Amino acid sequence: MRIELEKRANPSTLYSIVSPFLALALTVVAGGIMFALLGKDPGSALYSFFIEPLLDVWSLHEIAIKAAPLILIGAGLSVCYRSNNWNIGAEGQFIAGAIAGAIVPVVFHDWHSPLVLPLMLIFGIIGGALYAAIPAFLKAHMNTNEILTSLMLVYIAQLFLDWLVRGPWRSPDAYNFPVTRDFAPEAILPELIASGRANLGFALAIVAAVGLWIMMRYTLKGFEITVLGQSERAGRFAGFSSKRMIWFSMLLSGGLAGLAGIAEVSGTIGKLQPVISPGYGFTAIIVAFLGRLNPLGIIAAGLFLALTYVGGEAVQLTLSVSDKVTRVFQGLLLFFVLSCDTLIQYKIRLVFSRLGQSNEGGAH
Amino acid sequence: MGIVEAILLTVITAATPLVLASIGELVTERAGVLNLGVEGMMVMGAAIAFAATQMTGSPYIGILAGIAGGGLFSLLFGFLTLTLVANQVATGLALTILGLGISGQIGEPYVGMSGTKLQPIVVPLLSDIPFLGPLLFKQDIIFYVSIALVIGVNWFLFKSRAGLKIRAIGDNHGSAHALGIHVIRTRYLAVMFGGACAGLAGAQLSLVYTPQWVENMSAGRGWIALALVVFASWRPWRVLAGGYLFGAVSISQLHAQAFGIGIPSQFLSALPYIATVVVLILISHNRRMTQINTPACLGKPFVPDR
Repeated sequence: MRIELEKRANPSTLYSIVSPFLALALTVVAGGIMFALLGKDPGSALYSFFIEPLLDVWSLHEIAIKAAPLILIGAGLSVCYRSNNWNIGAEGQFIAGAIAGAIVPVVFHDWHSPLVLPLMLIFGIIGGALYAAIPAFLKAHMNTNEILTSLMLVYIAQLFLDWLVRGPWRSPDAYNFPVTRDFAPEAILPELIASGRANLGFALAIVAAVGLWIMMRYTLKGFEITVLGQSERAGRFAGFSSKRMIWFSMLLSGGLAGLAGIAEVSGTIGKLQPVISPGYGFTAIIVAFLGRLNPLGIIAAGLFLALTYVGGEAVQLTLSVSDKVTRVFQGLLLFFVLSCDTLIQYKIRLVFSRLGQSNEGGAH
Repeated sequence: MGIVEAILLTVITAATPLVLASIGELVTERAGVLNLGVEGMMVMGAAIAFAATQMTGSPYIGILAGIAGGGLFSLLFGFLTLTLVANQVATGLALTILGLGISGQIGEPYVGMSGTKLQPIVVPLLSDIPFLGPLLFKQDIIFYVSIALVIGVNWFLFKSRAGLKIRAIGDNHGSAHALGIHVIRTRYLAVMFGGACAGLAGAQLSLVYTPQWVENMSAGRGWIALALVVFASWRPWRVLAGGYLFGAVSISQLHAQAFGIGIPSQFLSALPYIATVVVLILISHNRRMTQINTPACLGKPFVPDR
């Protein structure tokens, strides 16, 4: 048996809508098999993973909290990936944003003013963008592959944060714990509604995603991104500069990742500590693809992946399975998303006979 | 044994996984496939090798299991990118994310257990050579294999017919296909070779480098291996040189800490990553050199025409 692909004349509209859902369904099935292999009842495991978190207010708030960074980062990355720039170091830009934003409440902790919070957010955006400027500069002017440089910078940022909170920024009254002092109340991102912890970060994420959607759909910039991403040559004939696009897309995605970083630290954690992210920067890559690189799709995808975090914690408690389940789920999901996307461009045929078919190579 | 020998021994131990993973990825990339999942395959190899060693008591079975694990895991990447022509960059990332997750699950029961260290094989006579003997001929089997692989891959790519075919596919898959070379089948084999090498590199980590299982124990080495392939401009001997250079950099931080140099340990730990960036800049700065060396079809999808 062999699988053959036949290019469609036009990308299938049907499958471009169906494929993410198909991928979700396949992930759930594969997840059920995984739970069965771990010796748990798949039905109840999947129920407490995917359904139960949706049924109480506390976990809905948790989902919003975790979706905020995923949507912010994922929306930025979608612009990057559409323009064919492969920033995979969002995790590092997230940390850089968190550090830059924390300068205000940690270093100038005696300064109290309503300006603190807006300044923090702006610093966060600048920090993330500056950190993304490194791979952008290297790609645009030194011809260096941005995939590897942006990723290496993640490790460097993690170590730098570790040094900061154990060294110069360690709180004087934390009994040697590696944390900075707690942020003052005016440095905390306010909660959205009275019923729970979800904070303004979620609103920021929705606004950013909708804004990017409008940019991609209705502005010349959006057109430029799409054209340069699909064919650099065509873009050049239209007078677009791919160098400027590298800068634009990297700074944009870095800035949003930085905003996500400071929003997370300010809204959810309330101080800096050695680890501030359960891999949001990497999970956001999955979010971007699951959302079909469309900012509105990314809102839905971000909520879903946030659910996998919360659901993962839930099954950890109820079924005593490990927290790695979440990571496996997320990896599987990206695999299924990428496979199902093939259906958009190609018809897939299973060929059973070998008669007269030697399409792939002939004599050798 | 003198201090110099002791340091060089640790350099060899640190360099071997890098050399192994890069030489595998080099073959994959020479066939025109960019597999960014090295980190995932490596960490899978580490977990499977450690688990198999604990179950059977034999590190050699562990090594074989690591190789098989890495090779089979890479098939997943092959199926998506070669059969379903999915985006290679994204699929490689998916492989890394999934590998980190699954390896965590496999390794979970073994966290905190002390492992079985692979014993060195002493080559008679040669190991008596002063200085070089204990360094090069009192090593574990994985080290010998890594050197043999570099020599073998160099011969294979540039002296054998099959190697010529692989390079042809990497440089122009359309023409190779027209000549009747099985593009997809060869690429599958190249991807699996890369996976097996990464799996072996992982086995080295959990059986030799630090004989235990720690989550995410590959710690970015898979990514450094990818950078090494670029650094080596897709040539096997340069992979060996680069691997040892990076081994030396990553070991120098440990020794610097031991000597109590007044630099925070985090900065020293960041050295290999900083070195990777610097090396990438130096190599890719010369645009023409990169263009000449890069396999022309690297990362490009191939669908046979009918």
